Parts: sequence; C-alpha cells; structure tokens
Amino acid sequence: MKDLIPDTSTIKKTQEHFASTRNACKLCAPLGASIVYKGIKGCIPLIHGSQGCSTYIRRYLISHYKEPVDIASTNFSEEATVFGGGKNFTVGMANVISQYKPEMVGISTTCLSETIGEDLPQLLHEFKKSYPNNDLPVLVHASTPSYQGSHIDGFHTTVNAVVKTIAKGGMPQDHLNLFPGFVSTQDLRNLKKLMDDFGLAYRMIPDYSETLDNPTWKEYTRIPAGGVSVNEIASSGTATASIEFGTILGQGLLTGNMDKNAKAPSAGKYLEDTFSVKNHRMRMPVGIKATDQFIDILKKYAGVEVPEELTKERGRLIDALVDGHKYVFGKKAIVYGEEDFVVGLVAFLEEIGIDTVICATGGESRRLKPEIDAVKTDPEKEILCLEGADFEDIAEIAGEYKPDIVIGHSKGYHVSRPLKIPLVRVGFPIHDRVGGQRLQHLFYTGAQDLFDRITNAIIEHTQDNSPVGYKYM
Amino acid sequence: MEKVLADRKLQILTKGVDGHDLSCSKKSLAGSVSQRACVFCGSRVVLYPIADALHLIHGPIGCAAYTWDIRGALSSGPEIHRLSFSTDLREKHVIFGGEKQLYAALSELIDKYKPNAAFVYSTCIVGVIGDDIEAICRKVTREKGIDVIPVNAPGFSGTKKDGYAAACDALLALIGTSDVDEKIPGSINILGDFNLAGELWMLEEYYKKSGVKVLSTLTGDGRVEKIRNAHRAQLNVVQCSGSMTKLAKEMERKYGIPYMRVSYFGIEDMSDALYDVASFFKDEGMMLKSRSLVRDEIAKLLPALAPYKQKLQGKKAIIYVGGAFKAISLIKALRLIGMTTAVVGSQTGNKDDYALMRELSDEGTIIVDDASPNELASFAFETGSDLFIGGVKERPIAYKLGLGFCDHNHERKLALAGYEGMLNFAKEVYASVQSPVWQFINNR
Repeated sequence: MKDLIPDTSTIKKTQEHFASTRNACKLCAPLGASIVYKGIKGCIPLIHGSQGCSTYIRRYLISHYKEPVDIASTNFSEEATVFGGGKNFTVGMANVISQYKPEMVGISTTCLSETIGEDLPQLLHEFKKSYPNNDLPVLVHASTPSYQGSHIDGFHTTVNAVVKTIAKGGMPQDHLNLFPGFVSTQDLRNLKKLMDDFGLAYRMIPDYSETLDNPTWKEYTRIPAGGVSVNEIASSGTATASIEFGTILGQGLLTGNMDKNAKAPSAGKYLEDTFSVKNHRMRMPVGIKATDQFIDILKKYAGVEVPEELTKERGRLIDALVDGHKYVFGKKAIVYGEEDFVVGLVAFLEEIGIDTVICATGGESRRLKPEIDAVKTDPEKEILCLEGADFEDIAEIAGEYKPDIVIGHSKGYHVSRPLKIPLVRVGFPIHDRVGGQRLQHLFYTGAQDLFDRITNAIIEHTQDNSPVGYKYM
Repeated sequence: MEKVLADRKLQILTKGVDGHDLSCSKKSLAGSVSQRACVFCGSRVVLYPIADALHLIHGPIGCAAYTWDIRGALSSGPEIHRLSFSTDLREKHVIFGGEKQLYAALSELIDKYKPNAAFVYSTCIVGVIGDDIEAICRKVTREKGIDVIPVNAPGFSGTKKDGYAAACDALLALIGTSDVDEKIPGSINILGDFNLAGELWMLEEYYKKSGVKVLSTLTGDGRVEKIRNAHRAQLNVVQCSGSMTKLAKEMERKYGIPYMRVSYFGIEDMSDALYDVASFFKDEGMMLKSRSLVRDEIAKLLPALAPYKQKLQGKKAIIYVGGAFKAISLIKALRLIGMTTAVVGSQTGNKDDYALMRELSDEGTIIVDDASPNELASFAFETGSDLFIGGVKERPIAYKLGLGFCDHNHERKLALAGYEGMLNFAKEVYASVQSPVWQFINNR
C-alpha cells in the first residue's frame, strides 16, 4: 500500500490505481443534456443514438424526480450504424414533431452517433430543407459523446449550445441572465423567488423547476408545463448582466477529449464575448458567505436594500448555527459529487466547523484542489481531493480517515453503510428517498436545511448508539 | 386513439373489436419514446444475478453507471454482481482502440475481486471501433485461469430480446464445462427466475418439499460452478420465457434436456409449475407431496386474500410489463382478487404470447405491444382504470394521472412469486388502490 497522506496531487490518489472505473461517481454527458432541455418551455429532448441511452437516462431521472420524463430517441439500428443515422434522424424528428408538437427539439448526440461521425449540422440543414411548413420548432443540437467529460459537462455544453443557437443581440434590456447550473428544482424555485423579492427581471437557463416537479395532472401532458421560453432565451443576449454559479464551470478541462486543453464552455462567457453582457461567475452559493456575495450582486442591480424578510432569514440561520454549533464542530466529513457543488458544500462545512477529510468527484477538471484551497479557512488543513474518483476508491480509503458523516447523493450509501455512519443525502441522484427534488442547498434557506439535516443526523447517530437514549439535548 | 403513431396501429388491438393479429417483435420507431431499453440492457439483466462473476462493461461510463446495483436480485453468498465495472472509454480509445484498456481493466479486476468467471459486455461503440474482445478474453482466460466470456451486446444491434440471446450464448459457454456429465435423477434447473427479493429461495423450498432436486438456478442467486453443472439436470423449468427459451432449446439440443414453460405468479400458475414437474418425472410420491403442499398453501392463502378481494372487487387494471408470459399470469392473478384487466401489454411479447393473451382476456380488453407513455396514459383515461402494473418508468405516469401502481418489474424489492408472493401482491395492490390520497386528485 502506498503512502496515504494527502499531498498536492489533484488526481485520483488511492492505494492502488485502477484502469477501470468501479462504481462510478459520475454519469454520462447526454443525461446532463436531457436535464437542460427539460428546462426549456415546450421542448422535447431527443437523443441521437441507441434506444437504451434514452431509456436508461429516463429511468435514472424518473427515480429521482418521480415525474414522467419523456426523452425521444432516434433508435439506431445496425443499418443506421453502418450506413449513417441520417434516415433515422429525419424519420425520428418528423415523428417527434408530429407527436409532441414541440416549440423546440433539443438534440444531443451519444458516443455511438459521434463515433460513426454523424454530421449533425448537415443533418439539421437537410431536415429543415425537407420540412414542408415554416412552423418548424426551434432545433438545438449539443455534442455530448459520453467518452468525454461527465454529465455535468454535458449539462454545461448544452446550456451553451442553447444560448449560442437562440440568443440574439440588440438594445440592452433591463433583465439579468441566471445560469444556476445543476441544482434541485426547489433551489430553482428559491432562486426565482429571490429575484422576485428584489423586483428583478431575469432569464433563468435552464428552468426545470416546474417541468421536473409538476403537480398531478388533469390529463396526460406530453410536455409538462413550465420552463424558460425560447423567446426569453433569445433575449439573453440583451441582458444587463449574467450570473453564473460555479467557478470550475468554463475553467475546468474536458477530460477524455483528444484536445488536452478542451473545456466545457460557459454560456455566460459566450454572451460576454459576443454581446458584451457582463458575466459574474461565482461559487455556488451554498452557505452564508457565498450567498452574501450573491445578494450583493442582486442588490447592486436592483438598486434597493435587501428585503427585510431576507435579512430575517439570514438572522434566523445564524441563530440556528449558534444553537447547534457544538454538535457539529470538529466532525469529519466525506463529500462527493459534481465539482462545483462539492466546492460549495466544503465552503459551507468550513463555515460551521466540520472538517472535510475527503472531497471526491468523478470529474477530472484539474480544478478541484485549487478551488478547495481557495475556500479553506486554514491553509494548513489537509483535505484529500480526489478527481476521477469512483465509489470503490472512496470506500477503500474512507475508514482510515475516521469520518463521522458522509454528504452526497444516494450512491454514497455504498460508502456510509459499511462504516455505520450517517449519509446526508444532497444533490443528484436521490434514488432511495422521497423528496429529492425538494431538497434545498442554495442561499440562506438551503444552508438552514443543510445545517439542520447534518446536525440532526449527527445527533441521531449519537442517540441511537447511546446506551442511555436521552430525550432532552 | 389519435395519439398513436400511424405505423404503430397494428401493434394495438381491442379484443372483440379488431380482427387483425397483433404485430410485434418490431424495432421501435425512430422518434418514439419507448419503454424499452437496448441489446446491452437485455444481456446485462439476464446475467446480472450471477453473483460470483465479474461483470465488466466495455464502453464509456453511462452503460455501467445506469446499471449499478439496479436490480433486487439477492445472493446467498458473494455479491460481486452488485458492483459496477466499466472500462470508461475516452476519445483516445475511440480513435486508437480500447483493447489495452480492456486488458488492463480485466486483469486488475480479476486480481482484486477474485471472481470465478468474468463476463465482458461490449457496448455500442465497441461494436464500431472493432476491438477484438474475443482475443482479449481468450488471453485473460489463459493468464488468470478463469473463464472470461465475451457478451456481444452493442446497443444498436437489435432489441432487448437480442440481448437475451447474447446472454444465453454467454451462459452456454459455461454450461457443461464441469468434469462430470452424469445426470442427477429427479433434478431440475430453474431458468429465468432472478431471485428478486429472495423469490427463488421460496421456489426452491416448494420444490424441495415436493421432492424435486433443484440443481442449478440459472440465473437467480447464480454461481459459476452450478452453471457449469447445469447440463446434468433432467429438466429445465423456464420462467420469463422471453429471455430463456433460446437457452432451454439449445440445452435440449446439446444435452437432451427437455424444458417446460412455467410461471410462478398467482395460485394457478404456481401450482401448475409444481404439478407439471411432478408429472414430468412420472413420480407418484412427488405428485402427492406437491398436492399436499398446494393444498396447505391454498388453505392458508385464500382466507388471507378474502378481505382484499372484497375491497378490490370490480376494480380495473392496466398491465404493462417487460415479458408477455408474466402479463398473462397477472391477468389471472388479478381475477383471483376480483379485478379485471382493461389493458394488457408487453415490451417483448411474440405472436404466440399475444394470441394467448387474447384468449385469456375479457371482451373489450386492449392488447398492446411496445407502448409509449403517451399511449399508456390515454388508455388509462379511456378505460377509467384504478391500477397500473408495470415498472419504474411507468410509475410516474400512473401517479400523475391518479392511478394506483404496483411495481412488477425486476427492480422491485417485494417478493411477488409463489403463494406468499400472491398475498404480497394483493396487499401491494390494496395499499395503492385503497389509499386515501386519491381523494385529492381532481380528475376523478
């Protein structure tokens, strides 16, 4: 066994280096693309590839969101694979349009269609030419082969493709663009409410707050209500500014790509470069400090004071942190998930005195460690940063760090169960609980929820393992 | 039914109204949202419960990530099958080939997890970039001394059924490789039960009580050594006919083992599964024991079912499951608890299955092959059904529209086979149909 002391390496560092991935801590790019497309009004996602891709992704999303998730597929056959998927594409598009009558078709490619070299721009061009009417829906295509990057890169690539295809320049208008990244439907609703409270107009891309968290239906709805509209996206080019959550977004490398410098693009940067829309890129606002920073930006653009209710929310949060601080101080946590989300969580844990001992991600942006270093309060503190990690890597070393708690999505149960320590479920996917879509992570309310859940998990664990079983704290 | 794509019309019929035979085994239309998966999926789910084998998925990460610990197939021993292994291919592998990566992954994983055999699944792009998987498997077999078996399953190369066939080929590579060939009297193999929630253990207990020896359980709670010995059984008992008939036929041809189709869902079919085996062996003692077992079980079960039947009388159900044979059993099981079947369909049924379904169904029952969410939802409304029986992908459709739901797919964590399973089924259906929450759904 090799030396396990954390060092400056940012890449997978476990006792053995495995060529294979064992219990992946990431998903494939078309999943991220599909979520983005679900967040656009009247949009049906279409995956250009084999049928399994769409079915697997639907099944994975359904178990988290507990919603019907329609994703069409061009259903590649042997013939399409050998002679090209052009025919499947044309037939598939025509069928999707006639059945769903969408305002937009969001197309993503898979490893298969990319490997056989499908020329999507050409196929789209020919399809548009062959289409008899002028009432063609908007067609957006994102290149998302699963052999490069992970689901989060697929997500960002698709946000960028949507904006690039649809956004138009023009006279500057009085609204902000929001690129929240991959957060929960409740987080998105909270974000919208914040904007409303400040009286700010906004374009949030994507907005799956309703489409992936619908009330029950009176009748079958082919495309669920909600989402940011194509027209709203078009006006993102005339916004006053953009706010983008995630500091690794747009900076991290797109690993797996042959081009060693390739990066998953940022829509905020595209709008800045193309239409001079100022881009505020900031850490995911998990915890007090990052939320304060975000609120400062809003305050500036709204030109109003912070709403009183929000100030009270922050006050109650701080009061709660004081009430519970002793239960969490000095506890050791393992955190994993998408890189920007992990950075946000670690920053929040720093605010409440929980020591992150391992933070891990399946991504390989080469940016995790520097970003984690930037949020550490004590530069001497050692946090093992694992990029390109999988759950076997984490499970094999976890015990040696004597963690008290594991924080991440459902799949980390593989790590927490053998250690008999609590798993606080956050992020995506939440497959083994109800309410994953209603978890909140961002802003003061999110921090409040996180704090309560983490603290109570620790208390419950102590209580369950105590021979006395106190009923008062 | 304006919601149905024109090309799909022949895949749907209403008993007593339509004259045509149901068209099936068709590739899903491009642009449809199907409930089906792919060839890889078919092979993976069949081989999944072989618990002491390594299952390595050769391809980019998705295929492995989406199938990690996906099924409730229990093992009484090792649990290597619950881990997800991928070669996690990148663009460089796509361009220069993934053979080296596969070789490294296989070697390290075999060293680490010490499986008794390894299955290597090829996914879509492996079928395109032309890695010689068989050569790598042969090489590693030589080096590590365990069978490393390629499973040829690029997603695009057919339907889920073709994946079943690929899995059967892989199993055939193992069957008959033990040193002994002599038959074991009174012994059977169980094909196509996946030991979901321990169902297989219940069935083994029933057969044991009837005096039948269960030799190998392909594939539930599967073990490599037992599969090697499967050729020594005298009879193959096949459930989930869609996935396993090919294997049974091949074993009949190669080893002279006859097979019979059974289903373990519902009282009638479960009891027939015991009687048919006893009749096959022409063993009076076995038959007597089976009868006594069935009598005892039914004597316990019927009174236990009665209160549920009373509450569920006249309720209507939609059945949409993977295999047609299961759908057929479910029609009968529903009848047993007083319910009728308004719509019945499957992802992979064949002509004979649908003919039998038609025969069993009531007038007016809609029969469908490879349905889309759209179609399923419109059926729910047209028929005013109370319950949907399906898999995870159908669950949210049912719930959104205010229907009860029973998960009868392979991801469930509740035993539904056998007599105990029948009671569980009744409880599950009852719990969903009778829940007070539906009062708040405003479309009813």
